[in-house]
Amino acid sequence: MAVLIDDRTRILVQGITGREAATFTKDMMDYGSKVVAGVTPGKQGQTVHGIPVFDTVKEAVEKQKANAAVVSVPPAFAKDAVMEAADCGLSPIACLTERIPKRDVIEMVAYADLKGVKIIGPNSPGVISPAKRSKLGFLGGNNPERAFRPGHIGVISRSGGMCTEVANLVSNAGMGISTAIGMGGDSVVGSTYLDLFPLFEQDPETHAMVLFCEPGGTKEDVLAEWIPGHFTKPVVAFFGGKFVDNMPGMRFGHASVIVRPGSGATRDKTRLFQQAGVKVVEVYSDIPKALKELLREKEKAAGRKIAVPRKKAAPAKRAVKKIGKNRKSKKGGKKQ
Amino acid sequence: MRLYEYEGKILAQKVGIPIPAGKMVDSPEAAREVARDLKGEVVIKAQILLGGRGKAGGVKFARDPEEAERLTREMLAGKIRDRKVEKVLVEKKLEIIEEMYLGITIDEIKKRMILLAGRTGGVEVEAIAQKPGAGFARFHVDPFIGVPGFRAKELAKHLGAADKGLGALSNIVSRLYGLTQKFDASVAEINPLVKTKNGSYLAADCRVEIDDDALFRQKELESFGIFPREERGREPTELERKGAEIDRVDHRGVAGRVVEFEGDTGLIIGGGGASLTVFDAILKYGGKPANYCEIGGNPTVKKVQLLTELILSKPGVKRLAVITNVLSNTRVDLVARGVIKGMLNRGIDPKKFPVVFRVPGAWEDEGFKILNKYGIKYFERAHTMDEAAKYVVEMGKS
Amino acid sequence: MGLFVTVKLNPERCQDGCQACLDVCPVNIFKLEGGKVKVVAENEDECTFCELCLERCKNKSVEIIKNY
Ligand code: SF4
Ligand code: SF4
Repeated sequence: MAVLIDDRTRILVQGITGREAATFTKDMMDYGSKVVAGVTPGKQGQTVHGIPVFDTVKEAVEKQKANAAVVSVPPAFAKDAVMEAADCGLSPIACLTERIPKRDVIEMVAYADLKGVKIIGPNSPGVISPAKRSKLGFLGGNNPERAFRPGHIGVISRSGGMCTEVANLVSNAGMGISTAIGMGGDSVVGSTYLDLFPLFEQDPETHAMVLFCEPGGTKEDVLAEWIPGHFTKPVVAFFGGKFVDNMPGMRFGHASVIVRPGSGATRDKTRLFQQAGVKVVEVYSDIPKALKELLREKEKAAGRKIAVPRKKAAPAKRAVKKIGKNRKSKKGGKKQ
Repeated sequence: MRLYEYEGKILAQKVGIPIPAGKMVDSPEAAREVARDLKGEVVIKAQILLGGRGKAGGVKFARDPEEAERLTREMLAGKIRDRKVEKVLVEKKLEIIEEMYLGITIDEIKKRMILLAGRTGGVEVEAIAQKPGAGFARFHVDPFIGVPGFRAKELAKHLGAADKGLGALSNIVSRLYGLTQKFDASVAEINPLVKTKNGSYLAADCRVEIDDDALFRQKELESFGIFPREERGREPTELERKGAEIDRVDHRGVAGRVVEFEGDTGLIIGGGGASLTVFDAILKYGGKPANYCEIGGNPTVKKVQLLTELILSKPGVKRLAVITNVLSNTRVDLVARGVIKGMLNRGIDPKKFPVVFRVPGAWEDEGFKILNKYGIKYFERAHTMDEAAKYVVEMGKS
Repeated sequence: MGLFVTVKLNPERCQDGCQACLDVCPVNIFKLEGGKVKVVAENEDECTFCELCLERCKNKSVEIIKNY
């Protein structure tokens, strides 16, 4: 198991005949991912690295049974390409295209919601699940094994480059990655932490999370609010760009990295994370150490917990029988 | 791209939102003319791309054309909130009986536009958009439905409209959303939205931000005299301007986005997230960055060379850090060539000057060969960017 | 001669000036001058060793030399 993609993921590449897409398609195939079709309007009948090209997603899905998409088309066509994939029920759809107008992003995301499919990005490097050698997009380049060893750490990053860097660090420290997701550097992305965390919570292969966060916006703030009571695994976070706190109104790097009056400073986000039990490290090199500590703590705690519920298990069952008298029966349970 | 008030008002007027009578001018004489035409008292408003203008002396009232001329002359000669004032807006003074707030921005959590309406003015939309309370009515817009008439009416009602005013204010609500759609605005804010003595509603101030990524399809703006411009929190420095030029040399790869700082450590760093991380690390270890920048996406040797020369041309730069995250496609050897050529062109001997490389990417063995030949210290991918940052800071000290 | 790379054309071999190298080089190392193909000296260091010119030149006229 992994999150979003695994060995059953059959990938369609929209814009496959473009130069970049042709390159990362080859990388995905070399890695072992199942690329089954490409779409470029007007180029049906061609092949790219042996992969058949279709005019429409519909035909590609009918003929090749694709179930996920990578979109790499120019910004002006990206909305339609993503909506076409969503219309055919492909999920996830990794949108790599940068600089898509926000009005378009809002529309395509709303359409995906309507169709019940997930968009990763735009401006995302993709998604990778190392144990299943499955990847969407250019994350890891032509040598994903090097930075992304199979393992149990989930990664979500607002930066593509830092997604690989952090995964590399975790892998070098003897751990590995369950699934790594480049969330995308724009202010509006199809899936924020809030959309992805529940998947990692349910994934038994993921034992802990690492986040690469940046200043700007409120995505981290609402995650911090959500975590208590919803997410039970250790989370380590790192903020790049703490210096931006002192430069309100200036944009650095990604389109979303801008601190506005009253919102976006890493100092506030850090505080909120800490209150939610997220370990925030000051230098990213400390991520593996923090992960190991938290995992060890968790194991110890789990060791105790396992002993406790066993005793409690029986009374809990009784409680179910006596609906409406939960409390009483629990108390009774304790006495036993 | 943030628009000036007068530009925002042009767009408001285009979609049918009433604005006060007035005109943008750039000379005291022109201000007098406008004031004379408007008759009666006028308001002179400095056009700067920052809020908080009123408190900083950027809004003044004039009783007659002569006073309008004098106040305009003063404003154009000075600075408001550290910005040079090049234009002022001269408007007829309104007889305001009520001030309200109406704004639209993007809620990045709900991934929709959010409409906010409140009976108090004076706040910034980003500050209230995400936080409930303060008597603001909020409405997330379904992009496929837009703002239905009844919703606009409810919001107008929330703002206290009644009688004939209800229709007028509902229209303003609908049209402000229309403005965001027609012109790809990511922010549109009327603050304050005012009710005048005679019962009409007007946009007394108007702040609009156009989505930079949509400028390619907003050519119409140019016919209103609104042209694309680069935006920063402040005026770009000479170094920053030159950095932007280097990035434009050709389209291959990024080597630019230079921001100047007062420090002695020149940085050639990338990509986006890594630049942020490395900058922090240099500060943490006690270094003083001379600049921020970003490289990536396989820039040409020439671009890297020019960027290196530019950064080394800054007086007081005593050391150089070339640090990136693990790169999948960017060629280490090409970056190394560019940096070395840049140093040599500035008459700097790489063997003697404190310089550190940490650029794990494609063709790194070739890159290491080059670095070895020129006696440059480098870190391989097993060493983090933090280690390299620490090293360079300490290197300069000894 | 570049600092890192030298690209040489053998004038005896490159007689027909077929321009194949010029067409294929992604970093504009070759130019046409007076009907002959020449090397743009200031671009030599941009050479990516893609070897496309070597592949295409049927006269084996191009030589790429690493200076490190
Ligand atoms: S090897 Fe490639 S880059 Fe170098 S000169 Fe030949 S074609 Fe140009
Ligand atoms: S390809 Fe060979 S023969 Fe043709 S112009 Fe180039 S060097 Fe000369």
